[in-house]
Amino acid sequence: MTLRHVNAVVIGSGAGGGVVAKELSAAGLTVVLLERGRWQTFYDHNDDELISQRTTVLGNAFGPDDERYRRVVVELDGTKRIVLPSEGGYSNVAACVGSGTLSYGAMAWRFMPQDFKMRTTYGCPEGSTLDDWPIRYEDLEPCYEKAEWEIGVAGDDRQNPHAPPRKKPQPMPPFPYNKESRLIEAALKRLGWHPFPVPMLRNSVPYNGRPACMHMRHCVGFACPINAKNGTQNSVIPVAMATGNCEVRTESVASEILVDERGRAQGVKYFDARDQLQVQTADLVVVSASATETARLLLNSRSKLFPDGAGNNRGHWVGHNLQGHAYCGARGLVAEEIYEEAGPGSGVAFCDFNHGNAGLRGGGMLATEFIALPYLYSNVHPPGAPRWGLAHKDFQRRNYKRTLCVMGPVQEMPVFEARVDVDPEVKDHWGIPVARISGHRHAADVETARFMVGKATALLKEAGAAQIWTNVPGLGVSGGQHQAGTCRMGNDPQTSVTNKYGQVHDIDNLFIADGSLNVTNGGFNPALTIMALGYWVGGHIAREWKGTKFRS
Amino acid sequence: MDPQASNVPPSRREALKVMSVAIGGAVAGVGGSMLAGRIDRAPPGGWHFFTVAEARLVEALSEQIIPADQDPGGKDAGVVYFIDRQLVGPYQRYQEKYRTGLANVEKTSRRMFDKDFLALAWNDQTKLLVAMDSGRAPKECWPGVAAAEFFHLVRDHSMQGFYGSPRHGGNRGYASYKMLGLEYPVVMGQNRYPKAKG
Repeated sequence: MTLRHVNAVVIGSGAGGGVVAKELSAAGLTVVLLERGRWQTFYDHNDDELISQRTTVLGNAFGPDDERYRRVVVELDGTKRIVLPSEGGYSNVAACVGSGTLSYGAMAWRFMPQDFKMRTTYGCPEGSTLDDWPIRYEDLEPCYEKAEWEIGVAGDDRQNPHAPPRKKPQPMPPFPYNKESRLIEAALKRLGWHPFPVPMLRNSVPYNGRPACMHMRHCVGFACPINAKNGTQNSVIPVAMATGNCEVRTESVASEILVDERGRAQGVKYFDARDQLQVQTADLVVVSASATETARLLLNSRSKLFPDGAGNNRGHWVGHNLQGHAYCGARGLVAEEIYEEAGPGSGVAFCDFNHGNAGLRGGGMLATEFIALPYLYSNVHPPGAPRWGLAHKDFQRRNYKRTLCVMGPVQEMPVFEARVDVDPEVKDHWGIPVARISGHRHAADVETARFMVGKATALLKEAGAAQIWTNVPGLGVSGGQHQAGTCRMGNDPQTSVTNKYGQVHDIDNLFIADGSLNVTNGGFNPALTIMALGYWVGGHIAREWKGTKFRS
Repeated sequence: MDPQASNVPPSRREALKVMSVAIGGAVAGVGGSMLAGRIDRAPPGGWHFFTVAEARLVEALSEQIIPADQDPGGKDAGVVYFIDRQLVGPYQRYQEKYRTGLANVEKTSRRMFDKDFLALAWNDQTKLLVAMDSGRAPKECWPGVAAAEFFHLVRDHSMQGFYGSPRHGGNRGYASYKMLGLEYPVVMGQNRYPKAKG
């Protein structure tokens, strides 16, 4: 059976794709939103720590599953191993409607103006492909604003002297600090740094017809049982569906973008819920499958004009410059109990060290961390401390409620060799070649992380922590939930995959709208920026759409 | 259960002694029901993966990894039931390692002490696990899987069984949540934060 031709097919319903689907369907285009996962809620796994997106030992709560999915990871020493989605190294985001935005921590950061011009600000270090974005912060600012108001953000940037300029405040008041954050806030002030509430895509007050947050400790890694956490699945996607123009087609696994002999995207091949191969034709295709899967899909889409994959013809940049964040921070033990049964934690942040650090390129935001649930905490201990036995149990009991944690994402220097390609042998359940992740971090990231860890340590000391230990990442390849950079946007087709509107060079009706576009990944959690890019790309398509513009 | 039994953790023996003083020696009834010796109680329908002997061994390992003291340990929290269940579920891929590793533990026990693991005094059991943990267990006893690798697997799975959700068979009676002072079950809709300032 032939499927009805539509104007646009969007692949992936996460932070980028959900927004694009809404922008296009609101502009009158007929849209099919393909999602490999399904609609999910809190009640699929309740408050089960062992099947969450944070602790995946018994599986990924929101997909993908271990039965049908695989990836290959090439270690620093060249050894290759097959990894399951629930295992470390897989770099899972999620596979469900809303993708990571269903279960994320929901920090709502805007990148800073400098984050869009890292090369101009700092110069490119050796061994890096550091560059400026082809767009400026000012270009994306209206899109950030739309994301904040349409999806819903609680925060107050006025308290952050380093906040980028904005025209409109965040729509909801910020969340108050919990006990840990109050202690850290006071210490930050004594140090002369500038604390402010972490902006959150979470309702501090009822918003858009959904209730205010009720502060469960099971938040990050879980769906919200009352829909007070804002993702694309409960904001823009329902709006898209309400237009009557958008069909969300779940359990649909895209295997190939069809590109014809003239170099035009014709549609998408995908496997439906019954594993039947389907072809959805469209006037234009938008790929929003996350940095790993977007690159994989492009590379698996070979055609006469693009024998090495869609968009992988000029500089062969598809899949390269994989980034995430060099997450780092410090933990410390204090005498009094600072735990409060008021989730999800992560209340206070400071941006005093995102930029302007002598001898370094960039830096990152630091914030108090989300509540560590009991199993996760069983792996939290100072180096050398017993890992089992009575001493370990006693450590858990004495310190679970007395552990401060300040962590943050360090902006990484992109490395060309850090990449996603497709494995020549390993295939998934549907016979599609799987993503292979290889390469390494730039040494500068480790150096920056050490600097940031020094700041976190000084802060915990000021807050009264007696025993402090730190966490600095190694040189292993980055990615993870903050994966980005694999289909960089740029003005030069030799050193980028798309133009500044996410339009793939040489394939006019193929777009990308997710973190793959990020030239650099900021010193912040990237969800709001990916949403803003969804508005940026979707808005461009909608403006340029003249009813026939992308019709072949 | 005899609180003086040699492989009851010393921490538990202390707790029981204190209790017996406090309640005038009536420890058998109280302690007995509290500890509810589960050694031979297979789950309904029998063990999913383990043999009875393997189950006893895993239970003893989990008790070493998380010993009972004033709070329940791996055994009372039912860690072995957690691991058994996962080995026919998401941890099917570890079946071979458990079968081989548990046999190797017994080999090591006989090599080091000339006894089965369960017959060892508490401190000797600990010594054996320290040897495994640090990679100093006799190599010839460890075909198929390295001692340290197997120990770390059991350690990690024990932590999951003890600190994870009770719905998977471990953490009985919310033992670990109670120990950490966490409220459970979670009561939905309780807003404990002060009201956000507009």
